[in-house]
Amino acid sequence: MEAIKSIINFLSYPEWSFTLSLILFGLAMWSKALWTKAGGWIMLILITVFFGLSLFDPNFFVVVAKPDNVPIVMMIYIIGFFWWYAMYKAHQNDRRIEAGEPTFEKSESEDRIFTWPDLVFSEFICMVLLTVGMVLWSILLKAPLEEPANTSVAPNPSKAPWYFLGLQEMLVYFDPWMAGVVLPGLIIVGLMAIPYIDTNKKGNGYYTFKERKTEIVLFLFGFVILWSELIVIGTFLRGPNWNFFGPYEYWDINKVEPLVNVDLSEIIWIKILGVGLPGHWFVREIFGLLFTAFYFLVLPVLLIKNKFIDGFYQKMGPTRYYVGMFLFLTMMLMPIKMYLRWFLNLKYFVHIQEFFLNL
Amino acid sequence: MTETPEETKPEPAAQASEAKSAQPAKPAKPAAADAEVSRRGFFSWAAVAWVGFTAAAGGCLTAWGRFMFPNVLYEPPTSFKVGPPSDFAPDAVDERFVESNGVFIVNDQGQLYALIAICTHLGCPPNWLEAQNKFKCPCHGSGYYRNGINFEGPTPRPLERAAISIDPDDGQVLVDKAQKFLWERGQWDDPSSFLTA
Ligand code: FES
Repeated sequence: MEAIKSIINFLSYPEWSFTLSLILFGLAMWSKALWTKAGGWIMLILITVFFGLSLFDPNFFVVVAKPDNVPIVMMIYIIGFFWWYAMYKAHQNDRRIEAGEPTFEKSESEDRIFTWPDLVFSEFICMVLLTVGMVLWSILLKAPLEEPANTSVAPNPSKAPWYFLGLQEMLVYFDPWMAGVVLPGLIIVGLMAIPYIDTNKKGNGYYTFKERKTEIVLFLFGFVILWSELIVIGTFLRGPNWNFFGPYEYWDINKVEPLVNVDLSEIIWIKILGVGLPGHWFVREIFGLLFTAFYFLVLPVLLIKNKFIDGFYQKMGPTRYYVGMFLFLTMMLMPIKMYLRWFLNLKYFVHIQEFFLNL
Repeated sequence: MTETPEETKPEPAAQASEAKSAQPAKPAKPAAADAEVSRRGFFSWAAVAWVGFTAAAGGCLTAWGRFMFPNVLYEPPTSFKVGPPSDFAPDAVDERFVESNGVFIVNDQGQLYALIAICTHLGCPPNWLEAQNKFKCPCHGSGYYRNGINFEGPTPRPLERAAISIDPDDGQVLVDKAQKFLWERGQWDDPSSFLTA
């Protein structure tokens, strides 16, 4: 038992758990068996067994049973369910389309029902159930209030509200200006821009996976991995001093985790070239600036022929293609920086403290 | 004070005059009775109304004045004394003034300086971890050496120093948070950013 726990603890360290989740995500999107009824049940049982057994571990229990964190457990189930449901429908529709049959939605919309009583009645039932649920919840789990605020003392760890934990995780890897203003702004603007960028008319009004694979995989990568998984990590695996803790690990305030990190300029100028840091910021940061220029200006051109997004440039035209690419590459900065931090201790590509400009 | 007798007196008089005028008017329409307010009655009612209005306005003014002095906790003064220099053991971080004034007093390699307890990443208050000999921020894990230089986590620059000096009158150490010294601007060489112990 202890051996299994320490393996899970080890695997949940970000470099491994994130890699693992990327692999699992790829497998899931590729698999067909997962998105059947049997697949859904098996996943549900696996997750529930994992949680059920883990609750016997006192360290796990303390974190998961905190009133703050109960909704995150619910979130895992809810996201899992809706992800499965959409993919289940999509795969079924794909099969129907292949066989030349009408889609679900098409055959369903043939027969109509009344707003009253059919719709309103089920809405009413939902409302009642939800209210009962909320009342019970607020009675059973007390609001997690703390002592009066003091500006010079912060709880350790200091956690944002759960829905911001993904952003807080982002702040670990980026300058506050980037992670607090630019990237969240781009997330919102980017989501609003999707309908203008995505010109694929397929899949309007019905579930389908085959007809818009790339779009769905990209969106789910952003939502499930970069947003939801980071919330889960921030909730369950970040302990005192914002150190990383495995799910069965005791939250030890004095845990030592060496995290010394360096800038790209230091790696190149000092470690590789063996000369000191140049005095002028432009010379000092030239490699980081070149990398950034390459990443945002050259890479989109190189990716035109990529198999995964083949034909997108022709379909979307240069402007749409570039905007979409820019948003995609910005999103990918997050995992790229996470990996560079974990394996190379990289802090910033570009670190121009002179202008408070850090990437 | 002198108003009060006038204020109370008119009331029975007004009632009496009303009663007087009401009696003959009884067979007639009641509306006519209201119209017959005597000159004296009018002025006494006006006085009551005026006093009431003044009182209400005065009350509002008082409340407004009170509003100008809200129940706030005033910030501690930015400049404060932390005791004689001998209070600070060599090579130690003094945490006594963190909660009250938000500074760590660090005695390091023969220098005494005040580090402002605000993380330069996003402004959380970092903790001093004696066992690991570093400051560590609970929000995103930035870490600083004892001397305030950042070495881990996302923060882009070191902690800031506050001005520190010896009070000429009583020889106590005087810290002034209004004046800050930033490492990246080379201000830590400034003689008012540290004391030589
Ligand atoms: S505020 Fe201190 S690490 Fe972000």
